Amino acid sequence: MVTSLSRRGQLNTEIGRLERMLEIRAVEESIQTLYNDGHVRGSTHLANGQEAVSVGIASVLRPTDVVTCTYRGHAAALALGVTPEGVLGEICGRVIGCSGGIGGSMHLMDASVGLMPTFAIVGAGLPVAAGVALAAKLKKNDSVALTIFGDGSTNIGAFHETLNMASIFKLPVIFVIENNLYGEYTRINLSTPIEDLADRADSYAMRKEIVDGQDVDAVIKAIQSAVDFARAGNGPSLIEAKTYRYSGHSRSDPATYRTPGELDEWKKRDPLDITANKLIAKGTLSQADLEKMKLDIAARVTKAIETVLESDGPDLSTLMQHVSEKG
Amino acid sequence: MTVMRTRQAVIEALSDEMESDPNVFLMGEDIGSGGPFKATEGLIEKFGESRVIDTPISEMAFLGAGVGAAAMGMRPVVEMMFIEFIGVALDQLTTQGAFFRYLSRGAYQVPLTIRAAAGAGMGFGCQHSQILDQWFRGNAGISLVIPSNPQSMYGLLRSAIRSNDPVVILEHKGLYGERGEVITGEAGIVPIGQARKVTEGSDVTIVAIGSTVLTAKAALDSQSEWSAEIIDLQTLIPWDKSSVMKSVAKTGRLVVVEESSYSGGWGAEICSEVVSKLWGQLKSPPHRITSPDAPIPYAQELEKRYLPSSVYVVAQINELLKTGKSPAAWWEGAK
Repeated sequence: MVTSLSRRGQLNTEIGRLERMLEIRAVEESIQTLYNDGHVRGSTHLANGQEAVSVGIASVLRPTDVVTCTYRGHAAALALGVTPEGVLGEICGRVIGCSGGIGGSMHLMDASVGLMPTFAIVGAGLPVAAGVALAAKLKKNDSVALTIFGDGSTNIGAFHETLNMASIFKLPVIFVIENNLYGEYTRINLSTPIEDLADRADSYAMRKEIVDGQDVDAVIKAIQSAVDFARAGNGPSLIEAKTYRYSGHSRSDPATYRTPGELDEWKKRDPLDITANKLIAKGTLSQADLEKMKLDIAARVTKAIETVLESDGPDLSTLMQHVSEKG
Repeated sequence: MTVMRTRQAVIEALSDEMESDPNVFLMGEDIGSGGPFKATEGLIEKFGESRVIDTPISEMAFLGAGVGAAAMGMRPVVEMMFIEFIGVALDQLTTQGAFFRYLSRGAYQVPLTIRAAAGAGMGFGCQHSQILDQWFRGNAGISLVIPSNPQSMYGLLRSAIRSNDPVVILEHKGLYGERGEVITGEAGIVPIGQARKVTEGSDVTIVAIGSTVLTAKAALDSQSEWSAEIIDLQTLIPWDKSSVMKSVAKTGRLVVVEESSYSGGWGAEICSEVVSKLWGQLKSPPHRITSPDAPIPYAQELEKRYLPSSVYVVAQINELLKTGKSPAAWWEGAK
């Protein structure tokens, strides 16, 4: 039986990582259709173009490590192991969803692979990740916490307070900025006076690294060194992954604010193409293999959508469940 | 049974829970030195720096860290030196920690205690004197308790730490120096959600919490015209409906004494519930005695007037009993 945990294991190979990135793209691309057909409510925040960051992170972490992530979390959830049924089911508000249909697109979770319910308030996941790391330190185990957030989060108080505190407490936490150049509708240079957000680490005497977020191998290398550093008791790191989102901020954003040609330039460095081309160049994968892989994934996602649409919405009784321990 | 001050009851409760559960730890600003109210005095010497953690002045970071550590099975007790300080960090409790259990379908729970000094009367001015229970009422997933004496401080704090959900405990700073007898150990634990009957009486039920329990008692003791059943709610979220209903069903009259603004005060909910459930059995309209809708002034005479005094409570209840109507508040028509 496929579980989140068994899917996590599939990231152990280069092929498995490529497959997962292709799957994330296919799942996210299916959401618009589901929306048009009336199955998706509220908002969704796509991460297409950023797949290599999530898959790189999930390839390094142990399932016992804990991740806090933003509302742009479909990619992270799938990368960490949540099934397409779990993610799409949640987005469609079905009982089969990873939070039983209670959370929606912005609140994906799976404790079996260390994904806390994703955070829909900018910056909110950082202090919580520091607390997870503090617990690991107090319990004297070698787990780490990793928090994924956008460039926009680097201007909120939670970011600065948490980096400072994590640094003085030497907490085993890895802060990963997905710098996709836009905080909601605003380009980063209009909201932030520095080019490299990783430089913010200097104020907190924290280890930092800038990484090409389109190259899964580069992401893996950077995350691995930060994780090793944290597990060894040396404290936190700030990693800035330079990446790009192909979609607007949320479903309602057509992203008309982009510089002309910018999207096309970034698509030339598509993370899926970069990895596929590397594997083809090495001879690990043929073009025919790749085409078959894409077809298989498309079929799996189609099947997942069928399963989701056959699934019921949560029962009325679940509305009052888990509000507190007593009810 | 030992006689101790309320602030010592805080220390005793923390110490006893830390001894009985290695997952309990404290976090906050200057708690190692005991803080401005000496409510954590001596604990760093006893339990060390890994369990009594002094933080930077970064409420959002350390409150959120409390949420994260709690979700991992620790039992953090986070101190907000003054309850107003939680204003810069509220998201971490009300929007994040309070909803983790719900969003994760029970996979993550947040056994987090938040202690904070609250309340007026000590000359701390409007930014260090509020109760602010209204910031938490109506927020699913959180409990809120307000002790009124050393025993309930000890007993409620131990219950808060043992709770598997976030609990806010508002420690009235005017009570830290009050002495009282305290039963420690398991027998001294006060359950969350249970009111305490302070006095038996037949003319009126007075519902109070925290400092106003003392005000109500002083009012009752200062006259001999009427008797009152004083109910110390102890827990505001969730409040003990059955104890209040039982008492008001007996006395037929309800007076609520609140130390905070009239508008949006917790007493409005008590009155509403009583009217709905006991309509037809009431001898007079339920009445609220509160502070005015104003920030808390510094000058002593004004601050004293801001708080409902025992003299004012007596005058209000006398008028209620005499006229059968809800008396006007002192500030009404005073402009």
